[in-house]
Amino acid sequence: MMAKTDVSTSEIPMPTTTHAPTEPTFEERKRSRNLGITYLILAAVAAVFLSRRAGSATFRLDGGRSFGLAAQPLAWFAVASLAVLAGIQLWRGFGSWNNIVLALGTVVMFMTFLTWAAAGRDFSLIGMLAAGVKFATPLIFGACAGIICEKSGVINIAIEGLLLNGAFTSTLVGSVSSFWVGVLVATITSALFALLLGWLAIRFKVDQVIVGFFINFFVLGMTSFLSSRLLTEHQNWNDVPTLGVWKIPLLHKIPVIGPIFFEQTIFVYLAFALVAVMTWFMYRTRWGLRTLAIGEHPKAADTVGINVNRLRYRNVMIGGAIAGFGGSWWSADVGRFNENITSGKGFIALAVVIIGRWQPVGALIAALVFGLSDAVADKLSLLDTGIPGEFISMTPYLATIIVVCGFVGRSRGPAAAGKPYDSQ
Amino acid sequence: MELELVGITKRFPGVVANDNVNLTVRGGEVLALIGENGAGKSTLMNVLYGLYKAEEGQILIDGVEQHFTSPRDAIAAGIGMVHQHFMLVPVFNVVQNVVLGVEPTDGLKLNIRKARQQVQEISEQYGMQLNPNAIIEDLPVGLQQRVEIIKVLFRHAQIVIFDEPTAVLTPQETEEFFKIVEMLKADGKGIVFITHKLGEALRIADRIEVLRRGKTVGGADPKVAKPAELAEMMVGRPVDLVVHKVQGNPGEAVLLVDDLVVIDSLGSQAVDHVSFNVRSGEIVGVAGVQGNGQTELVEALTGMTRVESGTVTLAGLDMTHATPRRWHQAGVGHIPEDRQREGLIKGFSVVENLALTDYYDKPFSNGIVMDWPAAENVATKLVEAYDVRTPSIFTDAGTLSGGNQQKVIVARELRDDLQLLIAAQPTRGVDVGSIEYIHEQIVAMRDRGVAVLVVSTELDEVMALADRVLVMYRGRIVADLDRQATSHNEVGLYMAGAKETSAA
Amino acid sequence: MTATIAPPTDQPDKPRLNRFVDRLDLISPLLLPAFAILSALIVGAVIIALTDIDRLTSGDIGGIFANIGKAYVAIPRGALGSVDGISETLVATTPYVLAGLAVAAAFRAGLFNIGGTGQMLVGGIASVWIGFTMNGPGIIQIPLAILAGIVAGAIWGGISGLLKARTGAHEVITTIMLNYIAAFLILWLLKTRRFQRPGSANPISRDVTKEGRLPKLFFFLDGDYRAHIGFLLAIAATVLMWWLFKKAKLGFELRAFGSNPDAARYAGMRAALLTTVAMAISGGFAGLAGASQILGTQGYATTSFAGQMGFDAIAVALLGRSTASGTFFAGLLFGVLDSGARQMQLDTDIPLDVVLVLRALIVLFIAAPELTKLIWRLRNVQSADTPTFQGWG
Repeated sequence: MMAKTDVSTSEIPMPTTTHAPTEPTFEERKRSRNLGITYLILAAVAAVFLSRRAGSATFRLDGGRSFGLAAQPLAWFAVASLAVLAGIQLWRGFGSWNNIVLALGTVVMFMTFLTWAAAGRDFSLIGMLAAGVKFATPLIFGACAGIICEKSGVINIAIEGLLLNGAFTSTLVGSVSSFWVGVLVATITSALFALLLGWLAIRFKVDQVIVGFFINFFVLGMTSFLSSRLLTEHQNWNDVPTLGVWKIPLLHKIPVIGPIFFEQTIFVYLAFALVAVMTWFMYRTRWGLRTLAIGEHPKAADTVGINVNRLRYRNVMIGGAIAGFGGSWWSADVGRFNENITSGKGFIALAVVIIGRWQPVGALIAALVFGLSDAVADKLSLLDTGIPGEFISMTPYLATIIVVCGFVGRSRGPAAAGKPYDSQ
Repeated sequence: MELELVGITKRFPGVVANDNVNLTVRGGEVLALIGENGAGKSTLMNVLYGLYKAEEGQILIDGVEQHFTSPRDAIAAGIGMVHQHFMLVPVFNVVQNVVLGVEPTDGLKLNIRKARQQVQEISEQYGMQLNPNAIIEDLPVGLQQRVEIIKVLFRHAQIVIFDEPTAVLTPQETEEFFKIVEMLKADGKGIVFITHKLGEALRIADRIEVLRRGKTVGGADPKVAKPAELAEMMVGRPVDLVVHKVQGNPGEAVLLVDDLVVIDSLGSQAVDHVSFNVRSGEIVGVAGVQGNGQTELVEALTGMTRVESGTVTLAGLDMTHATPRRWHQAGVGHIPEDRQREGLIKGFSVVENLALTDYYDKPFSNGIVMDWPAAENVATKLVEAYDVRTPSIFTDAGTLSGGNQQKVIVARELRDDLQLLIAAQPTRGVDVGSIEYIHEQIVAMRDRGVAVLVVSTELDEVMALADRVLVMYRGRIVADLDRQATSHNEVGLYMAGAKETSAA
Repeated sequence: MTATIAPPTDQPDKPRLNRFVDRLDLISPLLLPAFAILSALIVGAVIIALTDIDRLTSGDIGGIFANIGKAYVAIPRGALGSVDGISETLVATTPYVLAGLAVAAAFRAGLFNIGGTGQMLVGGIASVWIGFTMNGPGIIQIPLAILAGIVAGAIWGGISGLLKARTGAHEVITTIMLNYIAAFLILWLLKTRRFQRPGSANPISRDVTKEGRLPKLFFFLDGDYRAHIGFLLAIAATVLMWWLFKKAKLGFELRAFGSNPDAARYAGMRAALLTTVAMAISGGFAGLAGASQILGTQGYATTSFAGQMGFDAIAVALLGRSTASGTFFAGLLFGVLDSGARQMQLDTDIPLDVVLVLRALIVLFIAAPELTKLIWRLRNVQSADTPTFQGWG
């Protein structure tokens, strides 16, 4: 990742200008303040809501182990620590430790909440976390597709349609030939849809949000139509073998981490690999540098000889391919196609892109958060803890709104995203 | 290396931007190309850089004719250009910006280390200290410019073209810039220095060429040339722009600007402690080359931008932080510099545009419902009175010609109860007939006792209209002259920064 | 100064061909939608043909075309050929028109309202609450319930507007997120004792009381037809939107802001206020759509009564060029397609999902007017009145 460097330690004789790059920018101070306020609010929530239950929750891990946490003491610990964090954040901030502190605070809050919800009961923490990773997987693929497109300057609202196409095509083709052939065809067709998106946006200058919606409408319509037309009659065209879990030798034996991350389907592993590969490509290769350039300042790229639109077309197709591949996850998971099986996950992927600050690793973390919340809501509804699962389910969406309002500044997304480029 | 431009002619619809221009640049010397706005300097350089194709003429390097189809060709031939508006990716660091497009690679991997090394070598060689890891958007403008220079040198440029390089620099940054130019020259590079600032040209150049209205009007030797002569060549004799007006009769000061400071988006002082006044019944013209703070001054005087410090008073009322509507309600008319952006709404009809500033009040509406019949009535009268050529008042204003669009704005802004009229570039992009008409309207306002402020980069326009002439240079008022007591050439000198009155 | 307004273009001396072309220009606002629909029907026919596996394999080409013909005939016949058909068409049209007006109103102000579904849900829940809580008289209960729906929707939409005004958060993201939040909120409400239908394990609400139901339109005929006065509300809403943008000062401000925010600022209009108000008005229309569906069509609330209407409404607004009357007729077209598709499915073997495909194609050809113009060699056709995306911040 590109780190901000402290210019003041350089050898430059600085002329006296009105610019002082070492002071935190207005954006940073706003973010710091909003983080502090968030900790305060969390502390207040913990104090008011989460400290009332006695009892302790037992969290089952793997290998017959488990640990228990007492709800009330933990709640007060959370209140105290979050309040302290809030104070420090508002006073001077944590500098480059900001994100780590945020992660720690989130974990504390999360465990406090879980303990409170499950007080007096026990449940499988490992199972829930593993489910969270699984649910995050299609979001990771969708988000990576979105990141490549947006970093290149093309808004991709069509992630939903591309995922849906991936699911449908991989099922249909996979049923009549082999699963992986189905995945291949799904990848290629989604890349073509993405090319159509690019063509309409770049050549015909149709607004990119509208084009995205068109692709969504079209894919939803086509897959529903074809599903009714072809799949109801030919049931054997709607039947793929589901993919089994592949335990990674040795790694899956690591206590706690093992069963969560290393006993998953190959899609999960590929998703993580994709994040790593994409990060490397984006920040270490020529392609990556140019991609970032055309999304931030296409005119600058143009003047140094880069063919902006050609690179945009290429990247959009790569993004489409990734989304198509990600859509195949549904085939692997469910074994068949149902109308609108993606049911909006593509839009969540968009939120993941934004929360993840348009970076693959950030998106990975955001996707895990969404996946985890799905898993938690599932689990809690089973537990009958008295909290409506619906409010848990709402949390990531509320969080997205809060993030977009308070933390994602006006200059966060690729500066040229959404605007077609004209080299005159 | 010797670069020659022979007989370059470049035409655009309706205008000849470059007319048979001849120019020579040699390695190891600095050629200053001076001229006003619209003289054709930038066009010429864009032709040289492969961004435009000239209709006639040749580009020769060491006697060999060149054909540039894109900047790539020009760069390959050893020509490098540092644009006036930087082409840098703000979130990238120095190295990334320099190598973009010619990245050194190690297979798939970017060889950033090698790139950084090369950048460091170049910066040291030419005395341009720079932290290669610094992010562009954190750098002050002077340092950003160095990145652009390194970019050019990284690509092995032999001829370096600077387009108005000191326009955005502080005096201190300008000094450092000149040192760098000296080092480039010592290394045998040929430098072209495009500017409107005579003082700098005289200081740094080995030769000077003057462009006016697309033609080369002569050269000069900086060692012996006098600024006044150069100004005259730059600005020329007054064109037959004659506006009939009688002697004015100015009254009390209507607009009082005191020690105004406006900060622009780059963080520098676009308006630098400006003070002046405009009296009723007089036309004050603000002359100056584009980019010396006039735009920001007008925006501050119409509520469209924030005032950092200082005060603005209109007939005793404090308007320093007034909103656009308050300015309007106080009896101020504004003809904006960019009519497409601020003055008119494309897609709206002529009627709707005429109603734009007063729509919330009688007669256009009663506060909740629009009274279109009344508005149409007013519009019909205005269109007739101001001779707006339009198929009907329901025509989309965006389809009208520039001159007629401007007349719509003039018709709207010149109200009966006007105290102050601010006209920025009132005849930019307007046909000759409409120019005359608009000028007449402006003088008519002044004769009725309205205070008029005309800001224009067209010196002829300012000299024709103004009773008093102010000149803006580098964000300051460098001159406040009685029109009758000054001349084109004197004002031209001020515009080019070659003179400053003690008050400035 | 002589008056020099140019004489009107209608000159009787022009040759006949030029006059015909001139008149074509007059109806050019209709040209693009007409050709878009035509293009969509053609491409749709191709898709239907290519997926007619059985007839393709048996080489029955004539049968393929006959089938398509039957389908395209069945749609209008089913939708308009009988009283029942017309009734169903009106029922289907109403939410399209209302939700379409919501999106169109936002478009005119330069905003993307993707949250129609959420606003409908919230509006519907608010109105169903009044609906099953009160027990008449209808003359009070119905307007109250409708008002509740409008206000709830307006609040839901206004949240996005306010967030954008204060923090710059793009309304595309906030409206999409609010859709989900609304869905979960409704799901929870429908499981609470207050709302849930007694005796049901599903998230279904109590019934709206008889006095609270919207009166039927065809009460004077024999037979049980579903069409209700929601359709009249849709017409009223269309007129209201027309009035808003044509006559109201607020409409003038919204349009100015949507067309050129800089000029609007210069004219003294306040961006923050207009953004919030625009989204609230938009949400209000969508809330009305929800109220109409609950009080008129369904009689109780479920989790899915709004379906995908928020997205479909985008297509309606695009087809209708964001104008009031255009949106109305676009909504009517969608209603015809929906209700006629059932007949089509009966008469032929084509599933009604084909309508989804046709709609998507219509959106394409409307939203990419250059493409349509290219295909049909049209000139001088106005393009769509949609805002352009300006970045997330």
